[in-house]
Amino acid sequence: MRVALMVTCINDALYPGTGQAVVSLLRRLGVDVEFPESQTCCAQPMVNTGYLDEAVPVVRNFVDAFAGYDAVVTPSGSCAGCARHQHSIVARRSGDATLQSAVAETSPKVYELSEFLVDVLGVTDVGAYYPHTVAYHPTCHSLRMLGVGDRPLRLLEQVRGLTLVELEGADQCCGFGGTFAVKNADTSVAMGSDKTRRVRDTGAEVLVAGDNSCLTHLGGLLTRERAGVRTVHLAEILAATE
Amino acid sequence: MSGGTFVGMPAFPTAAREALGNAQLRHNLAHATGTIRAKRQRLVDEVNEVSDWEELRLAGAGVKEAALRDLGTQLELLEASLTANGATVHWANDAAEANAIVASIAKAHGVDEVVKVKSMVTQEIGLNEALEAEGIAAWETDLAELIVQLGHDLPSHILVPAIHRNRSEIRDIFLAEMGQVGRPAPDDLTDEPAVLAAAARAHLREKFLRAKVGVSGANFAIAETGTLVVVESEGNGRMCLTLPEVLVSVVGIEKVVSTFADLDPLLRLLPRSSTGERMNPYTSTWSGVTPGDGPQEVHVVLLDNGRTNALADEVGRQALRCIRCSACLNVCPVYERTGGHAYGSVYPGPIGAILNPLLKGVGGPGPEGEQVDSLPYASSLCGACFEVCPVLIDIPSVLVDLRAQVVDAHRGGVPKVEALAFKGAAVALSDSRKLAFGERFTRLGLRVARRFGAAKWTSTRDLPPAPPESFRAWWKRTDGGRS
Repeated sequence: MRVALMVTCINDALYPGTGQAVVSLLRRLGVDVEFPESQTCCAQPMVNTGYLDEAVPVVRNFVDAFAGYDAVVTPSGSCAGCARHQHSIVARRSGDATLQSAVAETSPKVYELSEFLVDVLGVTDVGAYYPHTVAYHPTCHSLRMLGVGDRPLRLLEQVRGLTLVELEGADQCCGFGGTFAVKNADTSVAMGSDKTRRVRDTGAEVLVAGDNSCLTHLGGLLTRERAGVRTVHLAEILAATE
Repeated sequence: MSGGTFVGMPAFPTAAREALGNAQLRHNLAHATGTIRAKRQRLVDEVNEVSDWEELRLAGAGVKEAALRDLGTQLELLEASLTANGATVHWANDAAEANAIVASIAKAHGVDEVVKVKSMVTQEIGLNEALEAEGIAAWETDLAELIVQLGHDLPSHILVPAIHRNRSEIRDIFLAEMGQVGRPAPDDLTDEPAVLAAAARAHLREKFLRAKVGVSGANFAIAETGTLVVVESEGNGRMCLTLPEVLVSVVGIEKVVSTFADLDPLLRLLPRSSTGERMNPYTSTWSGVTPGDGPQEVHVVLLDNGRTNALADEVGRQALRCIRCSACLNVCPVYERTGGHAYGSVYPGPIGAILNPLLKGVGGPGPEGEQVDSLPYASSLCGACFEVCPVLIDIPSVLVDLRAQVVDAHRGGVPKVEALAFKGAAVALSDSRKLAFGERFTRLGLRVARRFGAAKWTSTRDLPPAPPESFRAWWKRTDGGRS
């Protein structure tokens, strides 16, 4: 099985540690993951802001970069969601039949990390060790667009040393929402502050999620609040060992 | 009495900022929507114990969709059935036409007041204000609408228009205003819900018994039988539907369903989704004129007002399936923080964010156009609205499609900073070499952002520290971590 890592533009530029964690985790599980260097972005920022014409070349680059792989793994629920559900909209709008068939070929092979581990590799115990108290925030696109369900929780429950605490109102949006965080900054922060209050109430040391974009927003609020809670991507916890 | 107007309200982000500053409002909304969310979930779980909520949603979406696909025929059938039942059918292209029809009926009967059943469509067209301009007072009889009207206020929720008011505010409004327009509230009025309801009851009773003309909307219109349906909780609607001699019902053309049996899934979905009840207390149906019983003159105004535009929108047309249950408002994290007024329309929340642009069209000129264009962006696309919608309207997808329409409407001319940024991003993100070059400046970019701006981000949120190198640089340098 040829497996490609779609690291995502945010992780590439700001969170290389998350990409490195996916690489070491998958290697540990016997997957020789490749990194197609021509990859850039899933085009979600353009699609969700309404710039569909601008998304066309980015989607074209995406399908070119990942052509020929059996699976494309990404540590981002929202980027996986964009590839699986929105690339076809962009392709249809472009009127380019070649692009449409390339998207139809690639989209179903894109997996969010927890889906790939549980559904494709069939593991929930990835041999991780992480001796901290952790609260899990299910990001909206993982939860509703992809329907990853309890897969991330099943993975976290098997991590040795980890204490998982329940987050009240976990399924409520954190308020990031891509350009929403800037276009409607006040509402975004109001939503995020309610979320961080609930995170602080859990007493967790670490807030984990499967999307660094949501964690950038929440982490930005938590450090400003001097809450003493770190944000860590799911991949980095699963990659951690004794 | 004017209830104020949404016209001229600022775009969503500005209106939202004001609402967010009101702690009492946020508290009222979080409490009210939280309560109703829990009630709804219990009933959905209850349905799932014996059958399947998802199947019921499919059935509900199915009957609405079938009627919309065949809308011309269904409306002709409806007109024929209503006419055969003794009703007079009028067609109105827009708000002005509909308002003129209602006003002329009232004038023909020489009345200077009408009583009203709670109705979204008459608010959509500004009927009360239009009648007032003709010297005709329109009295709202739904308790929450009465509170909004007496308070010279605007509705902020589809089902609970006065959700933003608490009971002590309501007491103050009743004491100050009821006497101005009819029977005053008793001097010893307290803020006990039962006492407030009794004051409203006594105030309204006078109006019910006096009114010669009643005005309603309809939740559903059945083509086959020419039957209109109103679903309500208080019974005030039924008073308006049965006591006056003349009844005028303004009905959006999307309200039509084909057969009486089509009501089955809809009447199971609606109360559960809206009030969190298995069944609403009052369901009234009327089919034209019945000699000696109820109104002896019945008019039905079938209203377009942008609906055929929405119908022509391939993605957005599904919004016409909406049965105005307001479940999407109650789960929306944006609505919960900002309240309904920020949406600048009688249709607030997620459904308002798509319905208003669909009915009014995007890319319009001036502040009003700007306000409409801001609505598709008034969402974090979290998807909670789609999850609860009883007729399966994929609101997030419609929002994204409308955003594309907004962007496209503004192509050409001088591009905004945002458009230039996305054009630039498209160039960089289509070519990994350009992206890799750009990433060499990530640290600088973050430093600049911290120092000078990205103010909308950094006024309340910190930016993450910049990593020493990008992932792709690391991969290249270490041969993917192997060396």
